[in-house]
Amino acid sequence: MTAIDPTAHLTSEQIEELGRELDAIRDEVIADRGEKDAAYIRKVISAQRKLELVSRGVLLFSIFPPAWLIGTAGLSVAKIMDNMEIGHNILHGQWDWMRDPKIHSTTWEWDHVSPSEQWKHSHNELHHTYTNVIGKDNDLGYGIMRVDEDQKWHPFHLGQPLWNFINACFFEYGIAAYDLELGKNLNKRRRKSPEFRARAKAVGRKIRKQVLKDYVIHPLLSGPSFLPTLGATFTANLVRNLWTHSVIMCGHFPEGVQVFERRSIKGETRGQWYLRQMMGSANISGSKAMHFMTGNLSHQIEHHLFPDLPSNRYAEVAVKVRALFEKYELEYVTGPLPKQVFSAWHKVFRLSLPNKKPKVETPDREQELVAA
Amino acid sequence: MTSTALRSRAWKLLEMVTTPLLPSDYLDLVSPLRAGADLRGRIEAVHPETGDAATIVIRPGRGWRGHTAGQYVRIGVDIDGVRLWRAYSLTSPTNRLDGRITITVKAIPDGKVSNHLVRRAKPGTLIQLDQPTGDFVLPQAKPAKVLYLTAGSGITPVMGMLRDIAFDDVVMIHCAPQPQDVIFRNELHGLVADKKLRLTEVHTDTDGMLDIARLDELVPDWTERETWACGPAGLLDAAEEHWSEHGVQERLHTERFRPSIVVAGDGGDVTFSTTGKTVDADGATPLLDIGEEAGVLMPSGCRMGICFGCVTPLKAGAVRDLRTGEITEAEPGVLIQTCVSAAAGPCDIER
Ligand code: FES
Repeated sequence: MTAIDPTAHLTSEQIEELGRELDAIRDEVIADRGEKDAAYIRKVISAQRKLELVSRGVLLFSIFPPAWLIGTAGLSVAKIMDNMEIGHNILHGQWDWMRDPKIHSTTWEWDHVSPSEQWKHSHNELHHTYTNVIGKDNDLGYGIMRVDEDQKWHPFHLGQPLWNFINACFFEYGIAAYDLELGKNLNKRRRKSPEFRARAKAVGRKIRKQVLKDYVIHPLLSGPSFLPTLGATFTANLVRNLWTHSVIMCGHFPEGVQVFERRSIKGETRGQWYLRQMMGSANISGSKAMHFMTGNLSHQIEHHLFPDLPSNRYAEVAVKVRALFEKYELEYVTGPLPKQVFSAWHKVFRLSLPNKKPKVETPDREQELVAA
Repeated sequence: MTSTALRSRAWKLLEMVTTPLLPSDYLDLVSPLRAGADLRGRIEAVHPETGDAATIVIRPGRGWRGHTAGQYVRIGVDIDGVRLWRAYSLTSPTNRLDGRITITVKAIPDGKVSNHLVRRAKPGTLIQLDQPTGDFVLPQAKPAKVLYLTAGSGITPVMGMLRDIAFDDVVMIHCAPQPQDVIFRNELHGLVADKKLRLTEVHTDTDGMLDIARLDELVPDWTERETWACGPAGLLDAAEEHWSEHGVQERLHTERFRPSIVVAGDGGDVTFSTTGKTVDADGATPLLDIGEEAGVLMPSGCRMGICFGCVTPLKAGAVRDLRTGEITEAEPGVLIQTCVSAAAGPCDIER
């Protein structure tokens, strides 16, 4: 849907060949997956638990400013680890092969107000299958933003920088609402459907537990440190929300990332699906620590190609994937975090204003899109 | 309020503090063998028995309920990062003072778990345990005369019995390829020297397979003996036939090894056990499609192996991953992605 199709130079044979090369990369990792990987995730989980425990312990004395600072920082990092490198990736089934029921996509629950089960549906199924397909992948603007020139502009979009900022602050609630498809389910008939009510109830239950833990029980346990602890957990949640929102925005929003027409994915082959993932995602460059704190979503392109490969393998896979981008003369969108965040926000601002009317599509154009 | 009620309240409160995890997730970090934890054990020693068999000494967690001689235990071992479960007979007596248990494992060719345990298991390793089970056990009332008929690693549950209770009149016939293949040989000969056991070793490499008709000559009073037999299917089949021919089948107790290994082929009968449907499937169609066509309610999502929205327990048989060709065999707890798996022989899908 972007003015020039950046994949137009590829023949369909080339696209299928690309698919085979990517499959080979995947097979290699799977054949080599083993003890070291299992040890890695176990270590991360245990480190996260210890960090959270210690931080919460320190916060019991958060009436003293140094304790508040250390505890809040620790808890923020622990929450980010829980959501990103651990939760997101386990819920993708990346570690199911270990057959450890405690580290499994069917049993894992995360420190987040959206219940795992619902998130898995909207994220793994909808977003990952229909990546960047307007109207199918609601991650594109979460249904509240305009993310492409070709989308119709509405005065409502003037406020989208503000919506986006509010969403960033309360990101986990935004996700929960989004997983519930709140917007579309708010009409009377749907609101009453038993299926929706059950899901809404599950979210309510999860929110209650999370809020009770963070904003009632833990502050109460802190006694005289009640208020500082309350502030600390609020801050930690805020930090986590802002961080994850930024990382996730960098995954699909920066300039250079393509979006696709609903029609373009009809009868999509495996090669074409891969190509769409390649063109629809963007990476963040940086240090090892940076990759870790983003849950390796800094390797968003690799993650979208192989959502079920263990996250600790994306770095090595990235080298090979990038070589394929070069071989097939495609643009590998990547950059340091500040640059990517700026780029994504820039787009949010730019598209809040109307632009020139999109070109009317010709049948010719549609054929090109099928290839995309 | 009673103390248990108080305890459960306190536990509830603790659960609220640790949500969405459980208090046990944190306690496991420091004390994985404590009472109330999922049952685990720690390997404390590995003693070689023969060239390809070893005894593994395990300290079970506090939740271990104890076993009866002859029973087996399922253990879950992480090998190459993957948790695999197998059942092994317990070879330790039930009253071992240090509270440890032992299993004795014979490495079978290509056996992932057995080879790992015999050759690579390290003291200190944590393993998963189930409570002991099995009804190949001694009766409450002591029989006057006993016969143990064993072959190969079939000796392991019987060794558990021998070490547990001494009977007045015990005969054992044990088959193994060569003398050095007899597990526990020294201990058995010690019992013989102490006149606690009469033993016949059949070395099948030189003597050939045991002909069950030779029983009359080896143990003339075998029909009067309460008999426990454990070994390969051939031996047990012959024994069962022989005992019932003589009308004494109620005296024979047998324990069969794992039913024959699944042979992974191409397609087969797929049973959807929850729904009670069986359909014939080829080796190329995803089980998700097979199920849906048969009218079974199958969960699904992306239908291309990426969302894990279709995972379903594989209860029996084997399936092939259509992308990698990898074969997955049924084991407790094994889940498969039905959208990218096809039948590799008959299998049972829990839907
Ligand atoms: S339906 Fe998505 S993995 Fe099977």
